[in-house]
Amino acid sequence: MPVTTLNGQEIHVNEEGFLTEPSEWDEALATALGAQIGITLTDEHWNAIRFLRKDFAEVGETPTLRRVSTVGGIPIKQLFVLFPQKPAKKMAYVAGLPKPVGCV
Amino acid sequence: MKKLLVLGAGTAGTMIVNRLRRSLDEAEWDITVVDQDDVHHYQPGYLFLPFGTYSPRQITRSRHTTLPDGVDFVIGDVDRVDAAANTVALKDGRTFGYDYLVIASGTTPRPDQTPGMLGSQWRRSIFDFYTFEGAKALATALKAFDHGRLVVHITDMPIKCPVAPLEFTFLAEAWLRQRGVRDRVEIVYVTPLPGAFTKPTCSQTLGYMLTERKIALETDYMVERIDVEKKALVSYDEREVPFDLLVTVPLNMGADFVARSGLGDELNFVPVDKATLQSKAHPNIFAIGDASDIPASKAGSVAHFAVEIFTANFLELIAGKPMTGCFDGHANCFIEAGDGKGLLIDFNYDTEPLGGTYPLPVVGPMSLLKETRANHLGKLAFRWIYWNVLLPGRSMPVPTHMSMVGKTTNTPSTPTTVR
Repeated sequence: MPVTTLNGQEIHVNEEGFLTEPSEWDEALATALGAQIGITLTDEHWNAIRFLRKDFAEVGETPTLRRVSTVGGIPIKQLFVLFPQKPAKKMAYVAGLPKPVGCV
Repeated sequence: MKKLLVLGAGTAGTMIVNRLRRSLDEAEWDITVVDQDDVHHYQPGYLFLPFGTYSPRQITRSRHTTLPDGVDFVIGDVDRVDAAANTVALKDGRTFGYDYLVIASGTTPRPDQTPGMLGSQWRRSIFDFYTFEGAKALATALKAFDHGRLVVHITDMPIKCPVAPLEFTFLAEAWLRQRGVRDRVEIVYVTPLPGAFTKPTCSQTLGYMLTERKIALETDYMVERIDVEKKALVSYDEREVPFDLLVTVPLNMGADFVARSGLGDELNFVPVDKATLQSKAHPNIFAIGDASDIPASKAGSVAHFAVEIFTANFLELIAGKPMTGCFDGHANCFIEAGDGKGLLIDFNYDTEPLGGTYPLPVVGPMSLLKETRANHLGKLAFRWIYWNVLLPGRSMPVPTHMSMVGKTTNTPSTPTTVR
C-alpha cells in the first residue's frame, strides 16, 4: 500500500486515498482529509464522523447511511447536505475508515 | 435429553439439521426445526422465472422431503425468543425450550419500508424478483414490455445475493435484444453503492459489461420514496429517476421476531462473532446464513461454507472443548451474463474476487471473472446439486475455506478519486 504525507504526517492509504490503518487517524488529520475533498468540518460533520469512528470500533465495519441515521440519529437527508453527492464514501474518507463496498 | 432448536428450514437450517442429525446421538439429542410453511424454494431460480427459463414447479419442494428422519419439523410463526429463559414462543401459544438455539430465519425483502413502493403501481409497473410471487408477476409484465425505461434498482445494502440485480440486468438486456426491441428500451441500473462494481479487480475487469451493453448507471443513490403519480424514484438528495418498468430490490431485513426478542441490529440481523457465528450476547445462540450480521454476502454458498464450520464447532462445543473452526467469509457465486454465458467469483472477508480458474489451476473447468459457457452451465447444474448434495448436507468437492489455488493476483488496480 502506498504511503503519503498529509498535514505533515505519514499515512498509509489505498489507491483511492482511503486510510488503510484506522489507528493513524486523529482529529487534526480529519480536518486535513476534509479539506482534500473541499469540506470544512462543522460541529454537525463532527457528530457524524465521531459516530462513524465509535461504531467502527464497536462493530468492525463502516456503518451504512441507514445505520448512521437510525443508530447515530442524523437523518440521511442531512448527511447528503453535509457530504454532498457521495456521503457514504466521503464520510468514510474523512473518518479514516474503509469505504462501503459490494461483493464485486 | 438435550435440545437443539433451529428457527428456519431454509438453506442454512436444512443443512444444519441434516448434518447434525447424523452426528448427534438420537438418545441424547432432540432436534427441532421451525418454519412458517412447508414450501422450500430454490431461491436462485427466482432469477430465471421472469424469463421463462424455469417453471415454478422446478424450484419448489415440500420442506418435509428435505428434512431427515429423527428431526421434529414444526410449522408455526415465531413470536419471540426469551434468551434468559432459553425458550421460544410461537404465535399460536406453543413454547419450546432449548439448550442451544440456531437462528436461521434469513432475510426478507420489505417493500413496506420505502414510501410509495407498495402503492397503486406495486406489481403493475413496480416489481421485485426476490419473492416467488414477485418473480412470477414480473414474467407477465416483461412479456408485455416492448418499449420505455427499464430501471433496475437496489434500495440499500446488505441484500440477499448481491450480484442478482446485475444478473437480472444482463439477462433482461439479452432477452430484449433477442426479442428485437432492445433499441426501444433504455436500461438504467441504480445503486446505493459508488459503482456497479466496487472492488478494484472487478471494476477494472468487468466495468465493460455495462458500457458494452449500453446500460446507464446511477450511483450513490439512496431512495427516499417513490412518486407514484410521476412513476419516478426520488432520492434523499432529490434526484428523480423516472421509469416505465421498475424492478426493485426492496430493503432487506431480518425476521421481525428477532427485533421483538431484542436480538437484532437496526435491520433485525443478529450480531455474531464473524469467525464462529456465535451470538455476541448469548453463547448458546448462533445465527447462521442470511440472518446474521457478518460482513459477508447474504448467499447460499456463504451459508453452506458457514454451516460446515458451525457443525464441526458445535460438536466441539458440546464436548466441552474450545471451538477451533474459523469461518473466513468464503463465498462462491455464479453471475449470469446473458446469451448463455456466465461468470464465477470466489472470495472471502479479506480477498476480493480475482481472475483465474476454479476449482483447479489451468484446467478449471470454471473460469473466474470471465464470461464463459461453462460457468453458465455450472449455474444451471447447480439446481440439481442444491437439492441432492447441498441440502442433505453431503460434502461438496470444493474447499470450505477460500483457496488461492488457481487465482491470479498480479492484476494491477486502477486509481480513482473520491471526488
